[in-house]
Amino acid sequence: MVKITFITQENETITVEGNSGSIMELAVNNTIKGIDGDCGGVCSCATCHVHVAPEYMEVVGPPSEIENDMLELDDNVTEYSRLSCQIPLKETLDGIVLKVAN
Amino acid sequence: MENTTDKIAAVIGASHAGVNVAFNLRKEGWLGTILLFDTDPALPYHRPPLSKTYITNKDSEAQHALKPMVSYKKEGIELKLGISVNKIDPKTKQFTYGEGHIQNYDVLVLATGAKPFIPNIPGLEQAKNILPLRSLAHVRHIKKALEQRQQKRVVVIGGGYIGLEIAASLLKLGAKVTILEREARLLARVASPELSNFFSDLHQKNGINIKTKTTAASITMVEGTQYVHGDDGNAYASDLVVLGCGIQVNTALAQEAGLDVENGIKVDAQCKTRDKSIYAIGDCTLHHNPHYDRFVRLESVQNAVDQSKVAAAAICGKDIRYDSIPWFWSDQYDCKLQLVGLHDGYDEALVRHEAKNSFSIWYFNQEELLAVAAVNHTKAYVLGTKLIRNRQKIDKTKLADISLDLKLAIS
Repeated sequence: MVKITFITQENETITVEGNSGSIMELAVNNTIKGIDGDCGGVCSCATCHVHVAPEYMEVVGPPSEIENDMLELDDNVTEYSRLSCQIPLKETLDGIVLKVAN
Repeated sequence: MENTTDKIAAVIGASHAGVNVAFNLRKEGWLGTILLFDTDPALPYHRPPLSKTYITNKDSEAQHALKPMVSYKKEGIELKLGISVNKIDPKTKQFTYGEGHIQNYDVLVLATGAKPFIPNIPGLEQAKNILPLRSLAHVRHIKKALEQRQQKRVVVIGGGYIGLEIAASLLKLGAKVTILEREARLLARVASPELSNFFSDLHQKNGINIKTKTTAASITMVEGTQYVHGDDGNAYASDLVVLGCGIQVNTALAQEAGLDVENGIKVDAQCKTRDKSIYAIGDCTLHHNPHYDRFVRLESVQNAVDQSKVAAAAICGKDIRYDSIPWFWSDQYDCKLQLVGLHDGYDEALVRHEAKNSFSIWYFNQEELLAVAAVNHTKAYVLGTKLIRNRQKIDKTKLADISLDLKLAIS
């Protein structure tokens, strides 16, 4: 099981566990506020935007070109922005912290 | 907002619009009961993947649920699945459902969506393995039908987005696919000729047999083989027939309730119908789009989600108005199509080819940018969204200059 911690816009800290699918799916299944995933996880809607805590950016990795372009739809974009539907859950991500962007 | 503790909000239709409005009602502070009805017995699911990854991948059904069961429980949303609502009486604020049950409501939201249009083709009723694609049950049936047949000959009737997506998906599963399209080109109703041509080439290159200007005239069974007879004189052997002939809006309940129904249930900027206690959202609505200043009916996730937000906020007493630029997407093979805006009424389509299989079409009405269609070029889609939203003026000569990076070309 991989543990992921989300910090919502209301500064609520929620740690959840999963072992497959994407971070967006994990967030939706655990009703994390601000992660909607309207398009179902195909990088088409930009409603699953998170800011990766800087110390974990290296392990999470940068967005792809398409993802990077989609992120521009959101005003709240930073160098730590990712669309969580594009981050598959894997062991190496155990313990990371993500701040919900909206 | 008035106290809603003892009030009942009932939502009819639990797809993208209905599920979202239920959750958004809670978000906006609705304290009372929320009931969510649907005839489909399955836990509400994402529909767009049905014609795409649902067919090709071994995805679990839970993976495509809009929300997990626990979320409905947590938010106090009562699911009434596998139940059909029969008749609404706006005077008494009641409706009947199932076997003669009566339900009161204070607010009713119609998110009734649409059902597949089934064309009147002689022999269709007796035919085997012939079905549309709109629900999870349809996908299960299609997958099973294909698995059971050694020869996987598929005829898709209708070359719209659903027809094309299902054709691409079934091809991936080893099917031999023929598309019969009544019009002179694919996507005739929803896309410009430039885009139709691209998709026609794409599907033909991948091995799909496309017959335009061809109507399915009849379906017969000859010595154990089922044939779809085209009006081009050919008979197409088919182990499976998929109907992608568009939809019929589910307006019967609204009509019987005396609401305004034209090409959809007519709603105002707050998604309210002519009855102040009844709202309508999603594919079933005919609504005014302020940006384009006309009435439209949209079949899209965007509209379902945005109207669900507007209706929930309006029900909870907020002053809010629907004002969205429509957007859509379609995934076929390795091509990602993203569309923003409405291109109807364009007088010029400017095409920018960025690389092989990566281009964008910019639709103008004189100087106004109406819409952008981008194939494997998300940047154009995103920039187009901003330009349309801001009604920004664009130098078309610069935009057409492919030696300029897109960002420079529109600056």
